[in-house]
Amino acid sequence: MSLSVKHLLGIKDLTPADINLILSTADNFKDVLQRPIKKVPTLRDTTIVNLFYENSTRTRISFELAEKRLSADTINFTASGSSVSKGETLIDTVNNILSMKVDMVVMRHSASGAPHFLSRHINASIINAGDGTNEHPTQALLDAFSIREKLGDLKGKKIALFGDILHSRVALSNIYLLTKMDAEVIVCGPPTLIPKHIEKMGVQVSYDVKKTLAWCDVANVLRIQLERQSKPLFSTLREYSLYYGINKAMLESIKKDILIMHPGPINRGVELNSDVADSKKSIILDQVQNGVAVRMAVLYLLAGKKEEA
Amino acid sequence: MKSLFTSQQLQITIERLAQQLLENHLDFSETVIIGMQPRGVYLSNRIHSKLKELLPGIHIPYGKLDITFYRDDFNTSPELHIAQETDISFSLENKKVILIDDVLYTGRTIRAGLEALLDFGRPEMVELLVLINRRFSRELPIQPDYVGMMVDAVDAQKVKVLWKEKDKKDEVIML
Repeated sequence: MSLSVKHLLGIKDLTPADINLILSTADNFKDVLQRPIKKVPTLRDTTIVNLFYENSTRTRISFELAEKRLSADTINFTASGSSVSKGETLIDTVNNILSMKVDMVVMRHSASGAPHFLSRHINASIINAGDGTNEHPTQALLDAFSIREKLGDLKGKKIALFGDILHSRVALSNIYLLTKMDAEVIVCGPPTLIPKHIEKMGVQVSYDVKKTLAWCDVANVLRIQLERQSKPLFSTLREYSLYYGINKAMLESIKKDILIMHPGPINRGVELNSDVADSKKSIILDQVQNGVAVRMAVLYLLAGKKEEA
Repeated sequence: MKSLFTSQQLQITIERLAQQLLENHLDFSETVIIGMQPRGVYLSNRIHSKLKELLPGIHIPYGKLDITFYRDDFNTSPELHIAQETDISFSLENKKVILIDDVLYTGRTIRAGLEALLDFGRPEMVELLVLINRRFSRELPIQPDYVGMMVDAVDAQKVKVLWKEKDKKDEVIML
């Protein structure tokens, strides 16, 4: 058994069997991470480069830890301070790195489709760690893993995605994954932050936060991405928080236990209040912890992917 | 296909192996049993319950070990191996470990198993128990301490242990 893909560019390209294989392999790695020695020798002859053309805290640390826990050698590359500022192209940079015998590439880029473009020009396996407003596949996989860990299964579960659906690659990857795994999905936010025709992806749209909270089993609250909003899409952050922010009083009023998720970094007091983010309902730090196991699973399955004869 | 062991012989052999363990470890106060995933676990389940019969009231720690992430053929093997559960909920520090697998062939699985074991602590000693020892096929200097049956087979032949729990009958066959 192995994955149907050579690269992890997006959840869009995965089959439900691929997703199940990644999640069940991640179970084994989560077990490894609980041991006194949290490391296995599996990828000791594999070298991986982490190419980060855009800022990141969690994803970069998580990938680096996953690689180290698998005994791979790692190189970290950040665009600032590199020859990118001298005008070197993406393909040139990557080919130069690969010529030093590097086997896999983990890449984050602010341009949607950058890893797809790269995959057509190089031989090494590529893992997309977030491309512009397109996809962030490992985030969706770790979200799914965390939901599955708490609720048992994804099938038939009611998942609501709140906030900046328009700019969120986490939202897109989550929608692909959750609909492939037969979960029910509602996206909820101000009309200006919800893409037109999104219903065609198999999700429902709501503009009412309280009703959606009362409907869902899991609320995945997304970050307002001010850095990607070139024109104003709502008047002020205060107004956004007033109408679409989630707070404790609101959760208490629905009289139902739901899980609160957030991919980080949180804008505290905007999309999520501290009294919710730090409450018992929040599994935000479980998500971060599970991220390492899920990324180990992806790295293992792609590194072990054999060339078709 | 040739049958090497019937169900009854298998039962007698497992009984004997359990008795041999008892002879060497007496009260099992510092001894733990580890079965190798996937197929060694069927044997270790049987041995563990036999020992419980022989030593009523005594708790013998029992775990299962998967060696998928410790294999030495990750890049050369034609297929990707999918891991099974590892379940060792106790430390192996200063314990006597009895490692159990169904067939000892090249010795590479046991080598990986020894490496994996060390991640759970430094055992005082490790012993190896196997049902079938294919003695002329070793690629590494690894020998068993307890053997159910010695089998001489060439590389082209395959020795397989069938278990009632998985394969609907107990039998050892050579293909």
